[in-house]
Amino acid sequence: MSWEVVIGLEVHAQLRTRSKIFSGASTAFGSSPNTQACAVDLGYPGVLPVLNGEAVRMAAMFGLATGCSIARRSVFARKNYFYPDLPKGYQISQYELPIVHGGEVSIRLEDGTEKTIGITRAHLEEDAGKSLHEDFHGLSGIDLNRAGVPLLEIVSEPDMRSAREAVAYLKKIHTLVRYLEICDGNMQEGSFRCDANVSVRPQGQTELGTRAELKNLNSFRFIEKAINLEVERQIDVIEGGGKVVQETRLYDSDKNLTRSMRSKEEANDYRYFPDPDLLPVVLDEDWIEARRAELPELPGAKRERFVKDFGLSDYDADVLTSARETADYFEQVVAGLDDAKLAANWIMGELSGALNRDALDIERSKVDAAAMIGLLARIKDDTISGKIAKEVFEAMWEGEGSADEVIEKRGLRQITDTAAIEAIVDEVIAANPTQLEQYRAGKDKLLGFFVGQVMQRTAGKANPGQVNKLLREKLKG
Amino acid sequence: MPLSSKDVENIAHLARLRFAENEVPAFTDNLSRIIDFVNQLEAAPVGDAPPMAHPLDQPQRLRKDVVTEKDQRAEFQKNAAAIEAGLYLVPRVIE
Amino acid sequence: MHEKSVAALAAGLASGEFSSVELTRHYLDRIERFDGDLNAFITVTAEQALDQAAVADRDRADGKAGPLTGIPIAHKDILCTEGVRTSCGSRMLDNFVSPFDAAVVARLREAGAVSLGKTNMDEFAMGSSNETSYYGLVRNPWDHSRVPGGSSGGSAAAVAARLAPAATGTDTGGSIRQPAALAGITGIKPTYGRVSRYGMIAFASSLDQAGVLAQSAEDAALLLAAMSGFDERDSTSVDRAVPDYAGGLAEDQREKLRGLRFGLPKEFLDDGLEPGVRVALEEAIKVYESLGVEIVPVTLPNLPLSVPTYYVVAPAECSSNLSRYDGVRFGYRCEDPSDLEDLYKRSRSEGFGDEVKRRIMTGTYVLSAGYYDAYYLKAQKVRQLISADFKNAFSEVDMIIGPTTPGPAFEIGAKTDDPITMYLNDIYTIGANLAGLPAMSVPAGFVDGLPAGIQLVGNYFDEQRLLGVAHGYQQVTHWHTQAPAAYGSE
Repeated sequence: MSWEVVIGLEVHAQLRTRSKIFSGASTAFGSSPNTQACAVDLGYPGVLPVLNGEAVRMAAMFGLATGCSIARRSVFARKNYFYPDLPKGYQISQYELPIVHGGEVSIRLEDGTEKTIGITRAHLEEDAGKSLHEDFHGLSGIDLNRAGVPLLEIVSEPDMRSAREAVAYLKKIHTLVRYLEICDGNMQEGSFRCDANVSVRPQGQTELGTRAELKNLNSFRFIEKAINLEVERQIDVIEGGGKVVQETRLYDSDKNLTRSMRSKEEANDYRYFPDPDLLPVVLDEDWIEARRAELPELPGAKRERFVKDFGLSDYDADVLTSARETADYFEQVVAGLDDAKLAANWIMGELSGALNRDALDIERSKVDAAAMIGLLARIKDDTISGKIAKEVFEAMWEGEGSADEVIEKRGLRQITDTAAIEAIVDEVIAANPTQLEQYRAGKDKLLGFFVGQVMQRTAGKANPGQVNKLLREKLKG
Repeated sequence: MPLSSKDVENIAHLARLRFAENEVPAFTDNLSRIIDFVNQLEAAPVGDAPPMAHPLDQPQRLRKDVVTEKDQRAEFQKNAAAIEAGLYLVPRVIE
Repeated sequence: MHEKSVAALAAGLASGEFSSVELTRHYLDRIERFDGDLNAFITVTAEQALDQAAVADRDRADGKAGPLTGIPIAHKDILCTEGVRTSCGSRMLDNFVSPFDAAVVARLREAGAVSLGKTNMDEFAMGSSNETSYYGLVRNPWDHSRVPGGSSGGSAAAVAARLAPAATGTDTGGSIRQPAALAGITGIKPTYGRVSRYGMIAFASSLDQAGVLAQSAEDAALLLAAMSGFDERDSTSVDRAVPDYAGGLAEDQREKLRGLRFGLPKEFLDDGLEPGVRVALEEAIKVYESLGVEIVPVTLPNLPLSVPTYYVVAPAECSSNLSRYDGVRFGYRCEDPSDLEDLYKRSRSEGFGDEVKRRIMTGTYVLSAGYYDAYYLKAQKVRQLISADFKNAFSEVDMIIGPTTPGPAFEIGAKTDDPITMYLNDIYTIGANLAGLPAMSVPAGFVDGLPAGIQLVGNYFDEQRLLGVAHGYQQVTHWHTQAPAAYGSE
């Protein structure tokens, strides 16, 4: 039997506010345990939540960017359950009336076609703390610094049909929240997390199969692996005559398997009800329109513009717009250079390689946009060749100075003096009579050999165009 | 409809309360009486009255995104029964 | 000194008749002498009180005195007090020392009031008799075999026995007004949102509101003005100017009373109302009529459903509000928990008393899957109807008058076996909480030697008129000046 895979994703994006969603404690990552957990975050007796307006703004920006409706009135509810990382015994979340609902994003499939993935809703809630399982004499330690960090939970429709599609969707959301500057997207630190609801059904069946919820998917690679594993497991279960049970499963990246989370298996009854400490969030038309006006150019529009205005290929435009910072870098370079193709090639080639090698973000690149302009300008004005430019780039990366300084210091200026090049060309022709004879007999390919010889003698500094031209003339005889 | 002691047990678990066996009958009885009492609401002619979660008819005020809290861990943890290395200790959490 | 009102004590302080330290010592002595029997206080902070009094005296010498500077008061132990145990009447918080002051506490201190200590209360404010406190029951100063009412029973007993000139209280379903009525004093619960709930330990968040228990409306006005006002730390606090309540009372109330229309809801005159209280109410109505008030019959048809509505809404909110007491960050923690579930269940079962557990259980049940619509959602809809009833009434009248309680103070133990009979003691007070309206209880006579109170319910944020109406009555009656014989003048 052939199976259809059905996947829906729940993304938890930590919003980049300075303070927490309901308190004035800092959201900075990595502080000493419980030093950023104030009385409100600890659920102290008598304290009350007050909503951070910035979290509301960020949620609305996401909604507007995905064509969702922004609720004129949304309500915070309490989700009640006991867990050590949940100080109040309830999580403040949104249930019946989320702030954002009903939108979509499009993803590009491998065959180049586009597919639309529905966004059911996105709601605001507070993050929980962390349980640390290192051994404290058989006890667990609770750090509540993360408790109260604002989260936007983005729930998709079950529209994805493969792990690849799920990853493409997730990358799209990841790009989007970073464009909007509402989430730093750091999966390692947990500021962008994902749970996947996975089920399978026989091809052609309309009702959904029983789903399992996969948790702890903290990298794009793991997500694809975990979903594929889970799909195989479910098919095995069904084909073996068994039934898939609805449950939460944890992906273990070390062992590369998913396992049932027994502690969460017990039927939950969250007893949601409107939080009486908070009033309805009311947003009016003017406010929403003002947020719409603040929207930055979104990745899709930027990509189209790059293709249209700069003549880039779809592929190049996709890569350059996948992160707002990369696109910004590209645009800065083009503004100072007026050669989009050259800029694109260098950013996607040398620069991207160097950033990967040193695990740097483009904002922390050791060669900034201005320096890149300085380098590429020297290619364009024939001061150096593309090949020499790579050497110059490496030197710039290592901190040896600007392109001009490196060229000067290392004496890499191209030889463009025709007389000088002519002299060397003559020398090379004179030194290789056999090859000359063969060339003249019709072996055109030997031109490359002569060019190589000239370049060797000039340490690569001769202008390749001039060398080619002179050689062609002289070899003819 | 009187509650059974099994009902009481289930509710107690949700509320993370535990009753000794000899307390269960009295609690079950009391709780049944309370539920019977509030069952009066069943007959209330509410029509399409919107639910009222709150006496105030005003929207949520929004706070400026400013860090106002300082580290008071030492002060807060004076009230905790078990701490180590700045962490609150609980019996092992099994996931 | 202790028979004096706050206003008179302030005059004594201002004229130099006595200092705040002397006054504070006088009340501390009375607490020492009488509270062994009454048990109105959980914690007396004598040393701090004298320090605060000394500061008040210095401020006065420096010309920085306000109307409350140097006046001793007591706080219900539901309000957080920095550095002082805040127990909420529960074993759960017996070891809890708050790192901050409640907004109410801070505001009264800033106004110069001196805190004598923390008063006894029903555990987590759940009760109408002050019999559910972990720290033992409180006795009614008028008759030691009777309850003082609850949940602010300690505050009511302390003010009635003149162990404090005034005290703070909180009112979720009548917890200020009912004990005020049973102890023969004046109590006001302002409009929901008038006083910040910050630092007031939550019972039912959409109903809880702090207020004052005092001898008279005039004294209540002084404290209420200092306590009220916007607080950005409470999302449900209302940003609205606070009138000078006490100053407003200086105007001629008789002039203001003339021509007012008071609604008398027929639902307040039900079979449950005991004849003695009915007589007191009728007498009070006559007084108001003699002052030129027109009494108009009104109806609050859904009011009879207020008690069952309340006993869905309040337990639901409380079951969630009290989930934070888990033995981890503060409060009672059981010995040697075997696992996480054991930590939760034993800490909570050993830390909470029976009534609190009943409410948590009720609230958990009405919110649970399959019951939410039938109970919680239904109760919210009925709450809307009850609120609308009041709105309709206020379109015709300026004030609503009725009894505060069905009867006077009952015997200790009389209602502890059946939660429902206890709950029904709040039948006349709960409506104002469900609607969020301001309401007062004013002493209006005696039934067999026990005080009876009448209730006045005002429109939203109409505290000034409410206090004025009570003050006008107190200008021509003497019920509020009566103190139990054993605690009267020296």
